[in-house]
Amino acid sequence: MSNGQNERREMTGAEMVVQALKDNGVKHVFGYPGGAVLPIYDEIFQQDDVEHILVRHEQGAGHAAEGYARSTGKAGVMLVTSGPGATNAVTPLQDALMDSIPLVCLTGQVPTSLIGSDAFQECDTVGITRPCTKHNWLVKDVNELAATIHEAFHVATTGRPGPVVVDIPKDVQFARGFYVPPQIAPRTSYQPKVQGDLEKIKAAVELMAGAKKPIIYSGGGVINSGPEASHLLRELVDLTGFPITSTLMGLGAYPASGKNWMGMLGMHGTYEANMAMHDCDVMICIGARFDDRITGRLTAFSPNSKKIHIDIDPSSINKNVHTEVPIIGDVGRVLEDMVRLWRASAKADKKALYPWWEQIAKWRARDSLAYKMNNDVIMPQYAIERLYELTKGMDTYITTEVGQHQMWAAQHYHFEKPNRWMTSGGLGTMGYGLPAALGVQIAHPDALVIDIAGDASVQMTMQEMSAAVQHDAPIKIFILNNQYMGMVRQWQQLLHGNRLSHSYTEAMPDFVKLAEAYGGHGIRCEKPDELDDAIKEMISVRKPVLFDCRVATLANCFPMIPSGKAHNEMLLPDEATDEAVANAIDAKGRELV
Amino acid sequence: MNAQLQPTGSAYFIAKETEKPENHTLSVLVDNEPGVLARVIGLFSGRGYNIESLTVSETEHEKHLSRITIVTRGTPHVLEQIKHQLERIVPVHRVVDLTVRSHESGQERPLERELALVKVAGTGEARVEALRLADAFRASVIDANTEHFIFEITGKGSKIDQFIAIMKPLGLVEICRTGVAALNRGPQAM
Repeated sequence: MSNGQNERREMTGAEMVVQALKDNGVKHVFGYPGGAVLPIYDEIFQQDDVEHILVRHEQGAGHAAEGYARSTGKAGVMLVTSGPGATNAVTPLQDALMDSIPLVCLTGQVPTSLIGSDAFQECDTVGITRPCTKHNWLVKDVNELAATIHEAFHVATTGRPGPVVVDIPKDVQFARGFYVPPQIAPRTSYQPKVQGDLEKIKAAVELMAGAKKPIIYSGGGVINSGPEASHLLRELVDLTGFPITSTLMGLGAYPASGKNWMGMLGMHGTYEANMAMHDCDVMICIGARFDDRITGRLTAFSPNSKKIHIDIDPSSINKNVHTEVPIIGDVGRVLEDMVRLWRASAKADKKALYPWWEQIAKWRARDSLAYKMNNDVIMPQYAIERLYELTKGMDTYITTEVGQHQMWAAQHYHFEKPNRWMTSGGLGTMGYGLPAALGVQIAHPDALVIDIAGDASVQMTMQEMSAAVQHDAPIKIFILNNQYMGMVRQWQQLLHGNRLSHSYTEAMPDFVKLAEAYGGHGIRCEKPDELDDAIKEMISVRKPVLFDCRVATLANCFPMIPSGKAHNEMLLPDEATDEAVANAIDAKGRELV
Repeated sequence: MNAQLQPTGSAYFIAKETEKPENHTLSVLVDNEPGVLARVIGLFSGRGYNIESLTVSETEHEKHLSRITIVTRGTPHVLEQIKHQLERIVPVHRVVDLTVRSHESGQERPLERELALVKVAGTGEARVEALRLADAFRASVIDANTEHFIFEITGKGSKIDQFIAIMKPLGLVEICRTGVAALNRGPQAM
């Protein structure tokens, strides 16, 4: 990357920003201009290497950059101004922190001489973003600017990836100084451990070889580790013959069509996945973090298993669940060793697993994702199923908002490859999906990018339709419109005596007209037998589409582990009568969420 | 239904803590750069950890390294989390739980010292008594006029607590304490 011509070249801070972006391989920046970043925007104007994608709100820039990052494996970059620009970036920063997405956020700042004076559009950006970034910097000396931006990219993309902020005062953007190209001289205090301890990996392989009821539970760490990690995961599953489930964030690392696939686990996971988690004797957790949506009641979580935990972040180990064999390292590197050791030593006695697979088959026969089909009203599950059937052969990327539709998408859309599924897992950010789809489409202009949305979430960042139209990004917003904040309503039914306080959207916009107002294309579909044609129309339109899919208004998302319950106390769809729903969570569980 | 309804807390699943909390002293070696202390204490407040005492100063000027000594209270499980969370902070070089270290080498606890400046005002008998007790505690007089003393006292926290308690009825005016500085015994560095 080092370019001889750039060695200690003198330039302005604003020029350095653009040069540093180029030198770090950045092709696209999502941003919104403002007073404190005008010098940088002036430099962007005068070059063609870095393309700027203008959004309509800084939150949109952040989620777009996240979608871009998650679908490419590269860092997403956003550029915003000081004050409100920076504070609007906080939600995507925290979102990226919780889901470990490499996101580089450049913010303008008031001139150094005015910092602390309550100047116009001033805020304490590094103070506000300190807890929602992996690291952040305020650059006060133009001669440190280039090195700081390079370090920011290094920190964001290595180890456990995450968001970083570089705050650049306006006078630093104008000042002249010397540019240094990126060089690999990371600070000594930041040395993420990527290679797993071989003795621990040996112990893990031994434990796995003796397992009678094993389960692999993989997560977003496999995706973050890169395509090779997903490949190795598949190899490990094939070699061992173990059943595999995944968190929301890890979908696609192992193909949904794979014969050992059990579906997603957790609060809205499949019955077989959760029962197998509960009853297993050896659990291999790969790049996941025992989140509370996964474990259910901790004291009843997989009580009889020995646990192996592979994670690049030592603080994830033993945080929620005690682990017998902790392995700290990059998933890809550790799996490489694990596969090699398994080949060398362990004999795959797949017959020993027959009784376990028989048990799993019984759980699977419970068909926990079943729902009652309806000929007059579109069931939301059916809508996702048809969407999947009609798009599965294509180069498809799926993003979602947050709520019932997100869970239905995770349950009924099936992923064969990593980096194809972009969703807000940790933070649960309504409004993530539409701008994320924009980011994905910018990275993959010819792909079919669909945001599976809910009618409430999508209105939180609807304005980015305008950005999609501007940048010819033909994203498809497939709205499961049930007129409710469905998941909120579901919880009110479960927890609050069916008193639906403010979860009904009484004034719904006409999404078709809205699409047309933005210069996009609107489709409405209300009947199951018209759905296929409508979806085909959506796919064929080379424009941003708002698809208003009117679905059954009161459908709820099952199966479900109610709060305070264990994996083996799931509420299944055929058991979820009104009474069962009302009594599913006892008084103690009501205090949880 | 209504009768059963409990006020819904903000919490998720809260398991009862079965382990007993302990006081531990952590040594944290950090790059001396703007905001580093805010990162460390922000971590404690953000994640709900306790700070009983905090001492920070640059210790290696050429390398721009500062040493932060934190006395914290938590269960062994939480203390392990604190250590790992501190290690995630980019400018943090090393975190050593001095209490765990001292247990490993057969000691009950690390060497811990604190310095306090204690101002006592008074005349007559109380003044004489204050001076006599200060002498017994090996506190030295660093400022005085006819109506007050400022004592400088160094020692374990418990000794300083005791000294302050004794000075209270003798005209204690104000106190400044440095917080705990700590090292482990033996020839090795942290």
